Amino acid sequence: MLSEFLVITIGAILVNNFVLSKFLGICPFLGVSKKLDTALGMSGAVIFVMTLASLVSSLINQFLLVPMKLQFLQTLVFIVVIASLVQLVEIMLQKLSAKLYDSLGIFLPLITTNCAVLGCVVLNAKSAPESIQSTWYGATIYGFCSALGFALALILFSSLREKLDLANVPEAFEGTAISLVTAGILAMAFLGFSGLV
Amino acid sequence: MSIAVIAIIAVGVLGALLGIIIGIVAKVFAVETDERIERVGELLPGANCGGCGYAGCADFAKSVVSETATPDQCPVCSKEDVQAIADYLGIVAEEKEKKVALVRCSGDIPNTVRSLYNGVRDCRSAVLVAGGAKGCDYGCLGFGSCAEACPFGAIEIRKGLAVVHKELCVGCENCVAACPKELIVMVPEAATTHVYCNSPEKGAAKRKVCKTACIACRKCVKASGEEDHMEIDGFLIRTNYENAPGPELVEAAGCPTTALRVDTLHAEGAYEGVTK
Repeated sequence: MLSEFLVITIGAILVNNFVLSKFLGICPFLGVSKKLDTALGMSGAVIFVMTLASLVSSLINQFLLVPMKLQFLQTLVFIVVIASLVQLVEIMLQKLSAKLYDSLGIFLPLITTNCAVLGCVVLNAKSAPESIQSTWYGATIYGFCSALGFALALILFSSLREKLDLANVPEAFEGTAISLVTAGILAMAFLGFSGLV
Repeated sequence: MSIAVIAIIAVGVLGALLGIIIGIVAKVFAVETDERIERVGELLPGANCGGCGYAGCADFAKSVVSETATPDQCPVCSKEDVQAIADYLGIVAEEKEKKVALVRCSGDIPNTVRSLYNGVRDCRSAVLVAGGAKGCDYGCLGFGSCAEACPFGAIEIRKGLAVVHKELCVGCENCVAACPKELIVMVPEAATTHVYCNSPEKGAAKRKVCKTACIACRKCVKASGEEDHMEIDGFLIRTNYENAPGPELVEAAGCPTTALRVDTLHAEGAYEGVTK
């Protein structure tokens, strides 16, 4: 049992990293990685939303969709659930922590359409191992770890980009070009983890 | 019951439930906003230059409405703009003198001694390498950190020298903070004649590295006579902004190095190559 979750954890964070090996959530990966500060804020928001979305979606899937044989509605229902969750988080954040709300800015509503979140939830329900698919805590741990993997990639990448700002980059490579090259190399580095689990 | 009906009902119920929850949460966690903040924000320039010391125009608007700031603290607003905001909020606007930035250096590339520098094209980086590659330790490095900091495009880098275009400058002071040589000062907009030098070195030492340095010959001090237009500051003459001279002083003084200049002519480049 415990070893099983250890496998899930390492698998989600390093081996099947959402950004660097599944290539989900590339938009925030490139968009919010200019500064380490915003990357940290975005990582926090994604961890929060993804864990919560995994939990709620898994509950709905297990107790509503599967018993009623409505699995074909999974994508539709999950999108609705994620959108409402983000909306809820946004409303509550604005009241409870205006500073965090300001620093996240446009990226909090953008999490709604972050394919990493939907991808994680859909994977939970469809192609994950039995222990994740059929238990809500398995799904929650997987969602949390996937988000941690996303955060790891985002923080690594933003640190790299901060250093890159000071580097003498050839003119043709400046800006997005060198960022994409860097992301590619980072993804290749993460390929080294394959076969670990 | 067919599967389609079940699907429609299930999604419908789920949607309605989530909608109700969001509705309730939005009511419970409602954030009260003051409509005056929005209106004041519209009256502000919206350049988000930070010249007022607040984090952007929206933040400034909030402070103005809560009366922790006054509208005249916005350096970009014209008198009419400040008046409009004050009228809207029903407070009395204070008048203040408009100030613009002045780069106290006239040493462009043809007029100064420089050594080779191949590092990052940024003044704050260049200054780390032995204070920059300029012969004069106090002069403008000309990599344009100030021009980059200016949200209004009022600073031009011409022949390795930062030149302020006064008519575009709004006085946000972003450039003052950006200059590692502390060359930029805020001067009254009404003042026209300035000494474009900030080196405290002795005249002969300055002349070795710069053709347009102020050598403190005091011609301008004598020409202003009893008027006290100019101040002597060691080996440097500065404009006395309490009693600023007019452009006629430049003609009367006949500054031998053209360090004393009229700002509009300096911005147009009229003094380039006239060094005696």
